[in-house]
Amino acid sequence: MLAAMVNAAEVNAADVQNVSLLYGNFAALRRVTCSFATGGMHLLLGENGAGKSTLLRILAGLITPSGGTVRVLEGSPAERRSRIAYMSHASMLYDEMTAMENLRYFAQLGCAPGTCALCHASPEMSLRAVGLDHTLTRPVSQYSQGMRQRVSLARVLLTDPELLLLDEPFSNMDGTGARDLVALLQDVLTWPLTTGASTGVAKRTIILTTHQHDLVSGAVDSTTRLERGTIAAEQSVAA
Amino acid sequence: MTKARHYLSIVLLHLRKELHLEWRSRDAITGMLFFTLLIAVVFSLAFDPTSNPTLARQISGGIAWIGLLFAATTSLNGSWAREQRNQVLDAHRLSPAPPSALFVGKALANFLFVTLVEVVLVPVFVLFYNIRPLGQASLLWLILPLGTWALVLNGTFFSALSLRSRNRDLLLPLILFPISIPALLAVVNGTTSVITGEFDPNLWIRLLAGFDIIFTVVALLLFGTVLHAE
Repeated sequence: MLAAMVNAAEVNAADVQNVSLLYGNFAALRRVTCSFATGGMHLLLGENGAGKSTLLRILAGLITPSGGTVRVLEGSPAERRSRIAYMSHASMLYDEMTAMENLRYFAQLGCAPGTCALCHASPEMSLRAVGLDHTLTRPVSQYSQGMRQRVSLARVLLTDPELLLLDEPFSNMDGTGARDLVALLQDVLTWPLTTGASTGVAKRTIILTTHQHDLVSGAVDSTTRLERGTIAAEQSVAA
Repeated sequence: MTKARHYLSIVLLHLRKELHLEWRSRDAITGMLFFTLLIAVVFSLAFDPTSNPTLARQISGGIAWIGLLFAATTSLNGSWAREQRNQVLDAHRLSPAPPSALFVGKALANFLFVTLVEVVLVPVFVLFYNIRPLGQASLLWLILPLGTWALVLNGTFFSALSLRSRNRDLLLPLILFPISIPALLAVVNGTTSVITGEFDPNLWIRLLAGFDIIFTVVALLLFGTVLHAE
């Protein structure tokens, strides 16, 4: 909630109210309430199993919580699907296709009726932005883990999302690569939006989880710490 | 109109991707082809159809379709494996593209793969079972696609439904075979009637067409729920 107070005049990019998620007797999340202000980078911290990835998947609309409400960009995650991008631990790419083939395919899938095929960013630009060569002809299965991670990030950048949900984006990267990626994410926040102006929300927001928090500590606007499925602490940089 | 065109473009996008991936791996077609050829050869050795042409005519339709059903099941079981690997299915769940377009694209691709196997299988059957149709052979142009669509439509749908099950290799045939009984009955009888020329296949063709229409509509309506199931 502290994150929200930083810019209270604006609409929050995401609001989570009393959200719980039960798997049988196990509560992955217990009455979690938090908000993420529009614009800027927000960090979710916590040990393994604290509920960070679960919270991100709920925000993306991939999981329906057992209780509570979730609002993303002033709507439900399902309603805002085209304006949210989610990057998971897994690459979410077809192993047999090259990076360009994957990106072209997902770019065309993300287009609304009546728009051109590659309406937002071009796959070449997205790949270059994450530091990869778009002329690579190898299938993704032959890439290193770090390269797959970069292609995965290029895939989420393609759709010109207002809200980026990134689950451990630096986990397989070397130090230099990870620092480059943090710089890229800071840059992404400044990219002009071609969508979303209709709601008055015209800033990009990034919510990410990482165990390498020292990498992003200078770049984040707020930090939320989860412990065993509950919010343990919230801190905004301004506070 | 724009929406319909968009839907069609997404279906074609999925179809192109499926054909592209199959062209690279050749997993589905190779497996199905060898499986059905093996069944054709094994049954021809077991029954010796050349010594009894009447019996050969009566059983060859059934053998061909049972072989295709088994072969298609092995291939259809893995038809969503690529989407399951690397959580690609989540990317589809998050995509604003219509979920049913993904299903139609995949079902059409599977239809083309099974059709290709049939194209190879028909001359093999003619050779091994020494058969020539005594009925109206042109009706096979109707029976083969309708029967193939019934097979791949349900196979693709129930394969997606059983994705999250641990025993999905077993679950698919357990669901698919009983549900396909009316279609199997129609397609086997339709094919046999064309080969033997003993009875009119029109009733079976109508039954097959009805089965295809009903199950296509149901699958299109339910696929979104199946895709977004947690």
